[in-house]
Amino acid sequence: MKKTASFIFSPEQLNYEFSDTHPFNQKRIMLTMDLLNEIHSIDPDEIVVPRTATDEELLLAHDEKYIEIVKKASTGVISESIGSIYGIGTEDTPFFTGMHDASALLVGGTLSAIEEVMEGRSRYALNLGGGLHHGFQGKASGFCIYNDSSVAIKYLQQKYGARVLYVDTDAHHGDGVQWTFYDDPDVCTFSIHETGRYLFPGTGNVTERGNGKGYGTSFNFPVDAFTEDESFLHIYRNALREVAEYFKPDVILTQNGADAHYLDPLTHLYSTMKIYEEIPKLAKEIAEEFCDGRWIAIGGGGYDIWRVVPRAWSHLWLTMKSIPTPTGRLPEAWLKKWQPESPVSLIETWQDPPNLYEPVPRKKDIEEKNEQMLSRALHVIRKG
Amino acid sequence: MLVQDIMKSDVITLNSTHTIADAVQLMKQKKIRHIPIIENERLIGLVTDRDVKEASPSSISETLEPSLYETTLDKIMKTDLLIGHPRDFVEEAALLFYTYEIGCLPIVSNYQLVGILTKTDLLYNYIELTGANQPSSHIQIRVPNRAGILYEVSKVFNKHNTNVLSVLVHPYLDDEDSKVLAVRIKRMNPLSIIADLKAEGFDVLWPSEPEMGL
Repeated sequence: MKKTASFIFSPEQLNYEFSDTHPFNQKRIMLTMDLLNEIHSIDPDEIVVPRTATDEELLLAHDEKYIEIVKKASTGVISESIGSIYGIGTEDTPFFTGMHDASALLVGGTLSAIEEVMEGRSRYALNLGGGLHHGFQGKASGFCIYNDSSVAIKYLQQKYGARVLYVDTDAHHGDGVQWTFYDDPDVCTFSIHETGRYLFPGTGNVTERGNGKGYGTSFNFPVDAFTEDESFLHIYRNALREVAEYFKPDVILTQNGADAHYLDPLTHLYSTMKIYEEIPKLAKEIAEEFCDGRWIAIGGGGYDIWRVVPRAWSHLWLTMKSIPTPTGRLPEAWLKKWQPESPVSLIETWQDPPNLYEPVPRKKDIEEKNEQMLSRALHVIRKG
Repeated sequence: MLVQDIMKSDVITLNSTHTIADAVQLMKQKKIRHIPIIENERLIGLVTDRDVKEASPSSISETLEPSLYETTLDKIMKTDLLIGHPRDFVEEAALLFYTYEIGCLPIVSNYQLVGILTKTDLLYNYIELTGANQPSSHIQIRVPNRAGILYEVSKVFNKHNTNVLSVLVHPYLDDEDSKVLAVRIKRMNPLSIIADLKAEGFDVLWPSEPEMGL
């Protein structure tokens, strides 16, 4: 019988770990799963153990030489100066033992998610271990070694001949995925993010629209620093609907970085839990309307792993399972279990407390700028 | 940096015996706005989209005059041209664009047209100089306007083994005692660097809180 949703998970996904102090911390997956288990929303037969991506699959989106270097770095036989040519061994993306295997497993998880959906075993699939959108063809960047989305989209094209809409709501621009498919008219990349004026990686301007035959299949929606829920959701809803109507995808892959939240230490957006309740709902609606439901969701950034990510990511699964958005207090057992380990006071309710932050003085300006950005970004569609 | 490093060497040209219709079509097809006119590989004139528009019959005119499109380019081309040399500095070329309000500069060497430089090329060069085309974070620091400051700031980047992609130094409002350093670093997580810059007493303007304005 076809499942509603598959939850890709194995404890080995937590092996993707740079150091104790690095902001990218896969413990978030554990915290999310535990929260979902406390409300009894995952059935044991919904859990799918991820496979590892083969070298051949990694080669769909990465250079042979680069894979070789990552393998060598896994056993510590690469110098920092060689590593830095390939973006590894840096403060952002340090070496760690077993880094090749750990990275290939995250890619494999996204491939497993795709197989669940494309082979009809499940309507939707979620791989919180994926979403490493900064990985380049021959280079690691911004905490990302292999780019699971790039490999997965190539895999979707080759094995299933699908037209793919990639939707990236991480606060950072999805540069690695965008550049991989910049010339490809059959893959549409969509990224809403904090403007690259100051934030890493700096790209993701509305003018980046694709190249050659792929012109008009890259969409970027850079929102201003300090953008709040209302404006973020307004841009997301209008943009995603118009782009989906224009591109007509066969399948949707969403990257769900949870770092646009006010509390996230690395970015400067001012959203609350509200956007994480809403983002998956529209993704599902669009997948139902255009793709006969085919929707694969993956993780991404998210650096407040205690107060933000577990709640935010839970909504992906709850939306897939059509479980109404919970309100009120989080399960007591979860709070009791994790508060002692958390360096900050946990937020104890599903929704954020009111007055999370001081009112933003330039709110009107920011909304107006975002609105102008939206019409510039969609100009290519609207004029036609 | 020299003009030859950023100019386009594959120049699209016409002869003076081509017609306005030819120029209109070529501009549309190649998405360009400037066409150098050459004779035996020597530059003899320049036709811009504005020259073409001024000479073309109005699209709303009641009587169509198709013959105007058949006018040859020698009748409308500009011959009093500013030119540049491939070994000119980019800054010198930029000054010509600014001073004479021109949109393109044909590049000539040994009497032959060897390239073309447009405002767009200059702008892209600026983007590259600011490092905004590579994955990086941007930090703005207000520093005292005195010798040795850049050294002090770079010590922090060095300590964190961080590759600096670009540094721009520009004035801070009207305050002559301060300068702003706009630095692009190859880092996704700049938090430890920012903490150290602050610990060294530097005023980090960005990243900042919204109350402080941008």
